[in-house]
Amino acid sequence: MSSAGFYIMATGAVIAAACALLGSFLVLRKMAMVGDAVSHAVLPGIVLAFLISGSRGNLIMLVGAAITGVLTTVLIELLHKKARLQEDASIGITFTWLFAIGVILISSFTGQVDLDQDCVLYGEIAYVPLDLLYTSSGTVLGPRALWVGGGLLLLVVIFVLVGFRGLKISTFNPEYAKALGISTAFWHFSFMGLVSLTTVVSFESVGAILIVALLVVPAATAYLLTHRLKAMLLLAVLFGVLASVGGYYLAAALNGSIAGAMVTVAGILFLLAFGYSRWENSRKA
Amino acid sequence: MIAETQEVIPALEVHNLSASYQRKPVLWDVDFQLPQGKLIGVVGPNGSGKTTLLKNIMGLMEPDSGYVKLFGEDLEKVRHRISYVPQRESVDWNFPASVRDVVEMGRYRKNRLFKRLKAQDHQLVTEALERVNLLELSQRQISQLSGGQQQRVFIARALAQQADLYLMDEPFVGVDAATEEALLELLTEMKNAGKTVVIVHHDLQTAYEYFDWTVLLNTRLVAAGPQESIFKKELLQEAYGGRLTVLSKIGDLMARKDFPARETGFKEKEGLGDG
Amino acid sequence: MDSLWTFLQFKDATLQLVTAGTVLIAMGASVVGCFAFLRKRALVGDAVAHAILPGIAVAFMLTAAKNPLILLSGALVSGWLALYCIEIIQKTSKLSADTAIAAVLGVFFGIGILLLTHIQHSDLENQSGLDRFLFGSAASMSTADLLTYAGVALFLLLAIAGLYKELKLFSFNPEYAQVLGLPVKTIRRLINSLTVMAIAIGIQSVGVVLMAALLITPAAAARAWTDRLLVMIFLAAGFAAFSALVGSYVSFSATAMPTGPWIVMSLSFLALISLFIAPQRGLLARLNRQRLNRIKILTENMLKAFYNLGERAGTYQKWLTAEDLARVRDFTHAELTQGLRILRKKHLVIPKQSGYRLSRQGLDEARRVVRLHRLWEMYLTQRMRMKSDHIHPNAETIEHIITPEIEEQLLRELDFPEKDPHSSPIPYPQ
Repeated sequence: MSSAGFYIMATGAVIAAACALLGSFLVLRKMAMVGDAVSHAVLPGIVLAFLISGSRGNLIMLVGAAITGVLTTVLIELLHKKARLQEDASIGITFTWLFAIGVILISSFTGQVDLDQDCVLYGEIAYVPLDLLYTSSGTVLGPRALWVGGGLLLLVVIFVLVGFRGLKISTFNPEYAKALGISTAFWHFSFMGLVSLTTVVSFESVGAILIVALLVVPAATAYLLTHRLKAMLLLAVLFGVLASVGGYYLAAALNGSIAGAMVTVAGILFLLAFGYSRWENSRKA
Repeated sequence: MIAETQEVIPALEVHNLSASYQRKPVLWDVDFQLPQGKLIGVVGPNGSGKTTLLKNIMGLMEPDSGYVKLFGEDLEKVRHRISYVPQRESVDWNFPASVRDVVEMGRYRKNRLFKRLKAQDHQLVTEALERVNLLELSQRQISQLSGGQQQRVFIARALAQQADLYLMDEPFVGVDAATEEALLELLTEMKNAGKTVVIVHHDLQTAYEYFDWTVLLNTRLVAAGPQESIFKKELLQEAYGGRLTVLSKIGDLMARKDFPARETGFKEKEGLGDG
Repeated sequence: MDSLWTFLQFKDATLQLVTAGTVLIAMGASVVGCFAFLRKRALVGDAVAHAILPGIAVAFMLTAAKNPLILLSGALVSGWLALYCIEIIQKTSKLSADTAIAAVLGVFFGIGILLLTHIQHSDLENQSGLDRFLFGSAASMSTADLLTYAGVALFLLLAIAGLYKELKLFSFNPEYAQVLGLPVKTIRRLINSLTVMAIAIGIQSVGVVLMAALLITPAAAARAWTDRLLVMIFLAAGFAAFSALVGSYVSFSATAMPTGPWIVMSLSFLALISLFIAPQRGLLARLNRQRLNRIKILTENMLKAFYNLGERAGTYQKWLTAEDLARVRDFTHAELTQGLRILRKKHLVIPKQSGYRLSRQGLDEARRVVRLHRLWEMYLTQRMRMKSDHIHPNAETIEHIITPEIEEQLLRELDFPEKDPHSSPIPYPQ
């Protein structure tokens, strides 16, 4: 295997793993479509961040773009609660509107933004090996995207480990958590903030639209196969990593988009798990 | 000394509590006190505001007016002494957790959320599971339980909390007769140990024999007191004989006109404000 | 503005065709969207839009042609397949609706992207232009494309007009429709097919990603204005048509601009405005209702203050100052100024140098409010078993909302009482 191939798979794997961990809680909180909305709605934030900073990877800009995602959830809430619009419509209107702004910004500043519509749709993971980090002495440290993705994964792992109980109780039974005096708002916002940051970091590699698949599909696959939360998290990560490795080879075979192929493999894994769980249910019944 | 103060301080005092959903009133100036150490039913027809009352007591909703005191204090000061059992249907039982996982949540505290549970916590969880007879099932996935078993998981979680006042929302719903009897026995045991147990219950037939006290509710308080003073034909008819038409008309009007449940900044001057 | 003028003249035949086609497509989608909105299936529409992509790609790979009918058939097949998958996942597993929708959306789109990039990288001729499905670009459609899609849009509108009654009943209350003996299953299939069709043509103008907006946003905007389905449909179609014009104009005047996002911008703008200013349901209307409530409460409270002072003095003819009123009740300075100004304008108080007193009309009105307050206190003690020391705050609010009809009912139920629970007399009209 070439080192370029390894870099691509490793980058895909760390991003898929971070997505799978957070996605598991999105699925359990029944907020999968909110996750989808956030991943679309960070687009204008990302474009503006590029315009202002002139480069990617600036940490402050990443966080700034991620805040757009959290604001999206607030906007959805506002439309739903204050304007009394039904929830599905609030989600749909908010993300299409923000995404449209993003596309318009890209079209208006084509020359100044190193972004195009293809990148928005399915990312540029194939170019990951071209953007390497070096030490001052010139040793190759690996691709920048891999380091950023690895940092993200570390952050997500720490969050899930430290916040495990808080996430668990505020997901399973938020009213009971509140009755114990636990702030469900804190957990909601820190969780959505991290989801948002994840979509921003993943954006370069897999694009805005395929992120939802990486968030939801491995998590849903794992959920079908286990009754334990910890096992679900580990399985989801495993499926995410499998999807990124399998996707790399599938894309090579078909000469197509790697991100698209990763999601296709994730879909095949889901199909297998779905078939298995149905077979097992019918066997028990 | 303790016995004396217990008699004086009510376990629960609800003072002129009003609540509404999107401006439509659900509770009208509900006002009552409940003594400590009793098994108390909150009884009323569907939509009479029983669950809303519990949610307001637990601070899960912002009331339009009034306040709640628990053991003479604000909720925040005595939170650890209060345990809440939500309706069984309010959660998704497909959540990947075992019986023990859920009961352990009773030992979660807001400032200890990041620390591991101590040996003593695990001991209390085991005891709670034992009391509801779920110890053998403690590793079972919660979706594989029957309705009655799920209800017992919630009650074990409340027990693990080691509270003095228990607020339970419809604990007998979806429970078979044998479990209902066992649960009642457990609740009576708790009462005998000096705990106060408040139970939202929709079945008037069994309410009389189950409880020591009853709060009769139908969006307004009809009556609250010991069984003999409540189970009178006249009062029951008032609670179950349908809504007051004037009251529901005014409620609809308030929702439609976006009318505030209380005038903002309303303050009357002593002795002068009589209409 | 020159370009706007040129645009509006529609001299260019292609421009005419493209604009007319886009408008018709948007209208078709928005009308079908009204039903999706009412059935709370907006996000399913989003998933179907994404799921159409692999269908188009496969149709192209099989036939290597861009015949609009063949691509459309591919789109319909994969759209239907996605709907079926969502339903099966939801019905037969523990996954919730939102997870099923998101998973289907993501996976289908991923497969679509894989196939599409495969086509682009291969040497198939005639492959350019497939990616227009992603963001929509009406301008790049050929005449044959346009005629086909506009034809389908027209068919959709006619089908909905023909089946209006059945669709309406089904959308509002499927159980009731079943009880009435309507073939609910067939109607559901029909409405699903219409939705998939509307989406398949709609992506021509706004693209896959933003298609959801064409379904939901006009419907949500229209819903703010009306409770009647027919009006809602026409409004939604109007909003969609207008936005399609905006989108066409922008991509006409700035060729780098895709049509879709501008249609969506215009739609979102219309929706936000609607949610804000629509009568009854709009935010502004609600704020205004609350403001009027506040003024009603304030002025009626001031009338009561006049009455209370008069009741105690034994005469309502004395001239009272703002300070006198403030002694009975905590009015702020601003409230006193505003309240007295309104009362004066309505001729409910008479101003003089030394102060104010109630006019005849004002006295009647004050008596009415005091009567309602005391009647309601009676009601609270007699019907709602409240203690007499707990009733005052509640009556303070309710006195302002009781209508003459409710007053009459109260009087009858309480049998025209003379005194309230605090033994104050209840003032009847003289």
